[in-house]
Amino acid sequence: MRAYTPKDDVQAKSYYTDRYYVAPQVPKQEVETDEAFAADLAALKEKFEVKEAFIQMKQMIVYINANDIYGVLEFLRDELTYTQLSEMSAIDWLAKDNTFEIFYQMLSMTKRKRLRIKFFINNGDAVDSVEKLFRCADWSEREMFDMFGIEANNHPFMKRILLPYDWQGNPLLKTYPLEGDEFAAWYEVDKIYGKEARDVIGPEIRDTARVDRYDSERFARLGFEVPKGTEITGNEEPNNQDYQEEGGVFLIKKFTKESSKIIDDPQR
Amino acid sequence: MAQHKVNYTQDGGLPVALTSIDKIVNWGRSNSIWALTYGLACCGIEMMASGASRFDFDRYGTIFRASPRQADVMIVAGTLTKKHAEFIKRLYDQMTEPRWVISMGSCANTGGMFNTYATVQGCDRVIPVDLYLPGCAPRPETLQYGVMLLQKKIRANKAGNAQKPKRLM
Repeated sequence: MRAYTPKDDVQAKSYYTDRYYVAPQVPKQEVETDEAFAADLAALKEKFEVKEAFIQMKQMIVYINANDIYGVLEFLRDELTYTQLSEMSAIDWLAKDNTFEIFYQMLSMTKRKRLRIKFFINNGDAVDSVEKLFRCADWSEREMFDMFGIEANNHPFMKRILLPYDWQGNPLLKTYPLEGDEFAAWYEVDKIYGKEARDVIGPEIRDTARVDRYDSERFARLGFEVPKGTEITGNEEPNNQDYQEEGGVFLIKKFTKESSKIIDDPQR
Repeated sequence: MAQHKVNYTQDGGLPVALTSIDKIVNWGRSNSIWALTYGLACCGIEMMASGASRFDFDRYGTIFRASPRQADVMIVAGTLTKKHAEFIKRLYDQMTEPRWVISMGSCANTGGMFNTYATVQGCDRVIPVDLYLPGCAPRPETLQYGVMLLQKKIRANKAGNAQKPKRLM
């Protein structure tokens, strides 16, 4: 029997994918293979519950509980010298088990180590803000809110950062179509002219292969223009357009191609 | 005989030119198209190059202005995002009539390669456009040609009449 695949990923792929393809996993190493990471993990395990920990690509990945995040990052910053929050965001696993995976990429300049703190939250739950620990988390958490709709508790300014404040939808969700939903499609029309103008302006044309039979009448090849309605065969006579009208322009010297100087040398 | 006397019958005729109001007004308009500085993306670099010394827009009388109230033509150079759409409309409304719009490059014409939720699929969904320049990005020569075509268009229309609305909204 054919394996069931969730159909709610609407970012449909038009290219061929192998049904039996299994994405290769980056090999995982034990934490004990690295002394510095092993010491960090031991210190972390004394104070917080660690669900899983391993090393991938020379970086340690630690899974913790969602409500420990502020304490863990504070401990990492103050005790274990992971003083930089390089990046934080979320991963959409809604189709799999209705959860988000949140990650915090940390960097220790003294140890020259990178460490990733991860945890899962359910759809609709909020995370604790770490903005008080790392100023850079301010914008990262706003971006996470903008793109995934995950709110951060105790954030000083929990508003969208990239999209306009009146936007609806969270574009980095896998259920969000790349070309936008109905709200996105009519956003500028609704906002500027009102919903009544939808009929006048019409829907967006997003078909890149669209051929309009009137294009040959409306748009002509430069230098081969023909009058409107003429059937274009491709063997038109050149119709060199002058920049100025036939009779010349009042008070302006007539530009003629014969009198102009053409510079062939591009390195002039 | 006075030293600076002009011999009207011989030295190039009378220092008088006869023309119509339309022609003199359009002559002035078409040779002083002040453009609004409106670089939205990489096309803006080509627009700046057109204004700089190598291509030199000043000789067409096209001078970039930083205020829509002093501008005649809006050169939409770059990707118009949905967040920015209301501002392009507001800036267009602030320009005094007669006003023209050049849509420069694929993104401003049709949305271009940005077939995404955040890009307006052609700036003509928001403001009326007079001239579309193809290219990604168009070379400065294309913009020069576009400005010359716009001059031709201005001269072809009557000067006195108020501009007809280009789209009824």
